[in-house]
Order: sequence, then C-alpha cells, then structure tokens
Amino acid sequence: MRIVVDFDLCESNAVCMGIAPEIFEVRDDDFLYVLDENPPESMRAKMEESVQRCPKQAISIAED
Amino acid sequence: MNSTTVIVGASLAGINAARTLRLQGHVGSIIVVDADSERPYDRPPLSKQMLTGEWEPEKILLPAGKEDLDLEFRLGVRAKAVDLGARQITLEGADGTVANTAFDSLVIASGASARRLPDSAGIAGVHVVRTLADSLALRAELEAGPSRVVVIGAGFIGAEVASSCRKRGIEVTLVEAMPLPLERILGAEMGRVCAQVHIENGVDLRLGTGVLQLETETVDGVEKVVGVALTDGTTIATEIVVVGIGVTLNVDWLEGSGLTLDDGVVCDNTLLAAPGVVAAGDIARYPSARFGRMLRVEHWETAIAGGEAAARRLLAEASGETPVVFDPIPWFWSDQYDRKIQLAGRPMPTDTCVVVHGSTDEFRFVALYGDGDRLTGVLGMNRPRHVIQLRALFEEGASFSEACERAATL
Ligand SMILES: Cc1cc2nc3c(=O)[nH]c(=O)nc-3n(C[C@H](O)[C@H](O)[C@H](O)COP(=O)(O)OP(=O)(O)OC[C@H]3O[C@@H](n4cnc5c(N)ncnc54)[C@H](O)[C@@H]3O)c2cc1C
Ligand code: SF4
Repeated sequence: MRIVVDFDLCESNAVCMGIAPEIFEVRDDDFLYVLDENPPESMRAKMEESVQRCPKQAISIAED
Repeated sequence: MNSTTVIVGASLAGINAARTLRLQGHVGSIIVVDADSERPYDRPPLSKQMLTGEWEPEKILLPAGKEDLDLEFRLGVRAKAVDLGARQITLEGADGTVANTAFDSLVIASGASARRLPDSAGIAGVHVVRTLADSLALRAELEAGPSRVVVIGAGFIGAEVASSCRKRGIEVTLVEAMPLPLERILGAEMGRVCAQVHIENGVDLRLGTGVLQLETETVDGVEKVVGVALTDGTTIATEIVVVGIGVTLNVDWLEGSGLTLDDGVVCDNTLLAAPGVVAAGDIARYPSARFGRMLRVEHWETAIAGGEAAARRLLAEASGETPVVFDPIPWFWSDQYDRKIQLAGRPMPTDTCVVVHGSTDEFRFVALYGDGDRLTGVLGMNRPRHVIQLRALFEEGASFSEACERAATL
C-alpha cells in the first residue's frame, strides 16, 4: 500500500495527522509531510480512515 | 444483517451510514432516499470554492456516493411520514406520486434546511446557501458583477459567503443582530477577533443591527430586492441579499411517528432513537457524557462519524453485540479570507478563554477554553496542527491547567 497525497488539494488542516501522526505530519511551515509513503499493512484501517476524513479528498491509497 | 434498511438523507451522514452498513456486512437492500435530485455532494465547498468559482460541481461529489456499494438510490424523492409500528415509510416522488415502502430498520439523516427571512419567498436576488442549487444560483448572480452584496447573519456560513464575495472583489455589507459575531459559540473575546478579521478584509460590518425589511421593486411582474432597511434606520442599496441566519431541522416527516422530537431527534448515547431506528448528523441529539449535556452537533466530521456509528448500532442490534457509545470530540473548521478557524470541543460563551500560543493581533493563535478546571474547547486561527494535537487532550481527560501547560510545549 502506498499513500498518495494530492498537494494541490491538501490544505494542511492536519486531520490526517490527528488520525495517524506516525505517517502524516504538518510542520511549522504549515505544509504536510508524509513520513512513510509505504505504511505497514497493520496501519490500513487508519489509512482508510484518513482517506474518508480528509475534508479535501486529498489522500488516496495506491496498491502497488 | 439481511433485511431492508431505509436511509432518509443521501448527504454526509446518510451516505456514510449506507457505506458502513454495506462494508460491515449488511447483505439486504439499502434504500437511500433524498428529496434533492443531485448525486450526493459535499456541502462545505458550497460557501467556499463553489462560490469563488474555483471548483465545479463534479469536484464536490461525495466519494462514498461514487463507490459501488449496491445501494438503491431514490433521488428527488421525499419522505412524508413514517409508521414505525407497521414499518412503513411514505415517499413522494418528484412527480407527486405517493407510495409506501416497507423497511426493517430506518436511518434518519434528513439534516437541516436554511432558515429564510419571513415574507421573503419568491423575491429575486434573495439567497440562502444550503444546497448545490442554492450555491449555483448565487454564484451566477455574483458572476454578473454586482456592486454590493448584503449578507445577513455573521455566523460561519455568512462569514464564508462574505469572504467568497470579497475574493471576487465585490463590496460586502455584513449585518449581525448580536453585538459580536459568533459570540454564542466562541465568547465575546474571540467574537471581537472574528469581527476584526472581517474589517481587515474590507467588509462593512454592522453589528447589533437587525433587518427591518427588504426593499423591493417589481419589474415585468418579477419582484426583485433593491435594498435592505436596517433597524438602525439606515438602508443599504443592493441587488443581492444572502441570508445566513441558521437552520431549521428537517423533522416534519417525523411528526406523529412517536419518536421524541426536541430540537432534533432525541437518541440514546448510541444514536438509537427507537428499536431499529437510528439518527445521525445535524438532526441527531444525543447525551454526551464528555460534555455533561445533550448535544446536537452541526459539523462535517460529526456527520461522518455519526453515520458510521448509527450503522454500527443497527448491526449490533441485529447481531446482539454490545453497542458502542457515541461521544466524539466535536471539531470543525471554517475558511474565512486567508484564515482557517478550527474549534475542537464545545465551549460555553461564558467559559474562561486564554490565548496560549501566538497572538490575536496577528490572527494566528491558539486559545483554550475552560469551565473551572475542565477543558471545554481548543480554538485555533491558522494553527491547524496545534488544534489537532491539543484535541487529543480531551481523549486523555486532561484538565484545563494541564492543557495550558501542554500547549506551552508545542
Ligand atoms: C454552505 C455550508 C458550509 C459548511 N461548511 C462547513 C465547514 O466548513 N466545516 C464543517 O465542519 N461543517 C460545515 N458545514 C456543515 C456540514 O456540511 C453539515 O454538518 C453536514 O452537511 C450535515 O450532514 P447531514 O447528512 O446530517 O445533513 P444534510 O447535509 O443537511 O443532509 C440532509 C439530506 O436530507 C435530505 N432530506 C431532508 N428532508 C428529507 C425528506 N423529508 N425526504 C428525503 N430527503 C430529505 C436533504 O435533501 C439533504 O440532502 C457546512 C454546511 C453548509 C450548508
Ligand atoms: S487531512 Fe487532507 S487536507 Fe488535511 S492535512 Fe491531511 S491530506 Fe491535507
């Protein structure tokens, strides 16, 4: 599973960071950083929750 | 669960309930009814990117509405009444035909409609913003380049409409009956900050002023708005009035059903309103142990979480599992000009409010609310990371003073 963020859509509201701080981090420059683009399978539920809860529909999961 | 579930409302709460039901093992039919004939769409952009013209309707379709979940959509169809004993719902099609549909379980997600000014029906140029059609109608008039828009009500929707108009370079008069905007939600101190944001962005803000009446002219048989007379004795000339004075809940179809209606559909702490009947989203009122009172939350995230929880509640009822208590931490955002306002929790306007990070003069700060030593709210302006991190303190059960200490380390 690979995490893809559309940075044109992302507005750095940190919702994903609230769900999975191990993967998503909004820093002091107000940009979102994806800390691990290939999270372990054990994180799938949290990644799916992040996809659903992103108010900008900016996150998707690619299977490759 | 192999039975028929009817969901009334194909918006955020309803569609997420449908999705959860299907993905968690509901194999029977799921009928999703909505009076709106559009494919399920998201509302926050209606006062933001849709009005500024940045986004088109295709972009705001709800993802779950596009998934293949084997749902039976009945769009343009309105629920008129429900008989919980007979397990039947009365539906009216767009062409006026009325028919009954049987169900085993029911999800109430009919949300809310925008309140209108009395006696304003049918007057051209007077708008509300709740549906895609509302947003597109207003946008078409904004594109015609009006000299001024008058926005009535400086709540979140009114503030966002004002902001979207300013982004288009249109002059805005924002009229608020209360002495400060958002005072009942954020308290006086933060209300003052929000007022200042409007003023900095060139809005003509009229506080403590009500609307006396709309001034209209009738040309070629069409009654059009030409101005707004205010209680302070002034009249503002305008072709466009946007009314953002709150909502009325869509509970008309539930009158006489036997469900308890009291500013919403009254549920238990698992969103159950009656056996086999759940409610979610803007319409659901539930007891919150976290905040020690009944809550009804009109936030985007709560509608998703509520839809999911309501679906799980039905599944638990069917399987005999212990239901899960619904008591999330309310959280929402509002985009106004270049500021992003976020609030986690549910403060009372009289709670103590302390700025713990940044400064209100720069409109970049975090403030905490407390009732005694109980943490009740985290407010941020252009500080999303801090709000999300401090929101976790509710889960940890941190006190107000502990939260203030923690905020200092961020
Ligand atoms: C312009 C706007 C901007 C917003 N911005 C934000 C924001 O920035 N942040 C935030 O957190 N929240 C925001 N919100 C709030 C958020 O969108 C709502 O909380 C959310 O839409 C609630 O979802 P719901 O499914 O409960 O109800 P609704 O979205 O109100 O949906 C109810 C649905 O039920 C249908 N319906 C009603 N009665 C019947 C009937 N009798 N029969 C059949 N169908 C019926 C309606 O057509 C509607 O589609 C905004 C809302 C609006 C309107
Ligand atoms: S939730 Fe979405 S918009 Fe918010 S920071 Fe994450 S990716 Fe960006």
